Amino acid sequence: MPKSQGGELIVLCGVRKHYPITRGLVRREVGRIRAVDGVDLTIRKGETLGLVGESGCGKSTLGRVILRLEEPTEGEIYFDGHGMLSLSDREMHLLRRRMQIIFQDPYSSLNPRQAIGRTITEGLVIHGIGTRSERAERLSYLMEVVGLRPEHAGRYPHEFSGGQRQRVCIARALALNPDFVICDEPLSALDVSIQAQVLNLLQDLQDRFSLTYLFISHDLSVVRHISDRVAVMYLGNIVELAPKRELFDNPLHPYTRTLLQAVPQPDPTLDRKRRHLPDASPDPQRDERSCSFRPRCPQAAPECRNEPPPLVEHAPRHWVRCHRAGRTG
Amino acid sequence: MKDSHSKLKAEQLRTYRQMVWYHFRKRPLALAGLWTSILLFLVAVSAPLLANDRPIFFSTQDQWYWPVFSGIDQVGKYEWREMKRDAPFVFDRGGEGRDYIAVWPPVPYSPTEYNLLESLASPSSKHWFGTDDSGRDVLSRMIHGARVSLSVGFVAVGIALVIGVCLGAMAGYFGGWVDVFISRLIEIMLTIPTFFLIIAIMAFLPPSIYNIMVVIGLTGWTGAARFVRAEFLKLRQLDFIMALRALGASNSRIIFLHMLPNAMAPVLVSAVFGVAGAILVESSLSFLGFGVPPPTPSWGDILSQSRDYIEFAWWLTVFPGLAIFVSITAYNLVGEGLRDAMDPRLFE
Repeated sequence: MPKSQGGELIVLCGVRKHYPITRGLVRREVGRIRAVDGVDLTIRKGETLGLVGESGCGKSTLGRVILRLEEPTEGEIYFDGHGMLSLSDREMHLLRRRMQIIFQDPYSSLNPRQAIGRTITEGLVIHGIGTRSERAERLSYLMEVVGLRPEHAGRYPHEFSGGQRQRVCIARALALNPDFVICDEPLSALDVSIQAQVLNLLQDLQDRFSLTYLFISHDLSVVRHISDRVAVMYLGNIVELAPKRELFDNPLHPYTRTLLQAVPQPDPTLDRKRRHLPDASPDPQRDERSCSFRPRCPQAAPECRNEPPPLVEHAPRHWVRCHRAGRTG
Repeated sequence: MKDSHSKLKAEQLRTYRQMVWYHFRKRPLALAGLWTSILLFLVAVSAPLLANDRPIFFSTQDQWYWPVFSGIDQVGKYEWREMKRDAPFVFDRGGEGRDYIAVWPPVPYSPTEYNLLESLASPSSKHWFGTDDSGRDVLSRMIHGARVSLSVGFVAVGIALVIGVCLGAMAGYFGGWVDVFISRLIEIMLTIPTFFLIIAIMAFLPPSIYNIMVVIGLTGWTGAARFVRAEFLKLRQLDFIMALRALGASNSRIIFLHMLPNAMAPVLVSAVFGVAGAILVESSLSFLGFGVPPPTPSWGDILSQSRDYIEFAWWLTVFPGLAIFVSITAYNLVGEGLRDAMDPRLFE
């Protein structure tokens, strides 16, 4: 199957995930954490969408909501045309074969009491795919594909290094032949030397199995390497969404600019304009009417207080959520 | 993260079980406790072979009999009751005019066999641990009492574990209202003094060993439930549970195949302590007269008889007391050893 850029695999419409803050014996709701607050997003077949943002901005929650590991509070999610939230349990179970997730921490994402071979084939067992010998065959195939030695299938997670464990996680995600894989910071727990290996592996696998990736990361250089398009998230909202080159060359949202300036440069002689944000830590319980970035924004204007900015297409395929987008500040 | 030494060790100690055993073995007290409990278990299992009023094997005129197993009371003119018996009296070739061979248990008295002529005999070569007020052999009663004590301990803890693990798993896994309900239930159970509750219930129930097991089990599940709940709350956050949900695993698959094996360590430890506790409760109940109905032997029951003769019949107090002490100490040592050996901080 060629790497198509056409059809939409995932469509998110106004997805929200709010966590109530309760107090007292009767669990009265006293507030809400708006982890994901009205995200509209499409992911096309075969592309890699990078999702960046600081910790706590809701990017991991968004990933989990897309897989329905957490139920969204509001909104609709379409997977290949199916409205996922209205599916029956049986249909959802079948759909799970087509989407998988790779987690950040390769230590907690493997069952310490289970040999990795059984971990990798668990999905096949759950979905009743193949006979025992067919599964064993698929296991050694998968282990070879991700660069593990099939004879290590009987070993336990503690016998592997972090990079190897992440390969086990990748093999587990691939076992069911998914179309869509969410990579939730798959590199950030690994050594730098291992990061490159795993990143290349993920790219190879994408070509080989025509996978669609949602690549969640806070590391812009990694996202720049692997993504086709990049979405920047701030406090539960997408604030900027553009093709990779466009976003890195021409960032329009003040938050994206700050992020890009914060990327460490290997050349110390290079003159850098580095901007620090005011130290107002993002508050997920903030006021709903104003722009969520306003307390830290270097170019905040009066209108930012009164009206939340909509996501607007400023340039072709370049969407920004800012009243003052493009104006220098 | 790991140096080469612990990597080497990890190579040798493949599974979790091997690692636990490796660390357990290094503790002499825990090992002593383990051997003692195994010994007690063997004694309890083979009680009829160790203490009985009939031979294990009897042979006369080329005929073989196994009276302990078949339960026959006599062979021809030979009645067990009338045969001369002294401990230790294992091998009996008969004598003049007697043409039989008998192999007796080391303690040739049954726990219920009374002999008023020998009541309250002090320890001697005939009755190693003396006799009680009905002339029953104390050692025989203790050997058979081990059966009662251990089976009460294990069955009661088994019942408690099933209830506690299920409720704790539900509370920890599902959270929300289920958790609130089960947690409050646990707290209510904890406020009730268990022993008095057991006495109160036993006062209404007919005295039987099964009722004791069930009542101790029904009142003793809170510890296991709390441990399992806490472990599940911790495990639920881990990514491998998330990954299983993403694979489409059912709740029961996640709970029983993946979370429970990871949550069992503290439960196992508390279960071992629980066995010790249940043995003590059973002994206390029997001592107070709420226990197993006579003439079933039980350690607490012998102790309870000793109250009337405590000024001179010291053997009625010392031996069953020692048995209770030794078995509870053994289980507690095993529990402590397990608790330390299962501590993952020691694996690094």
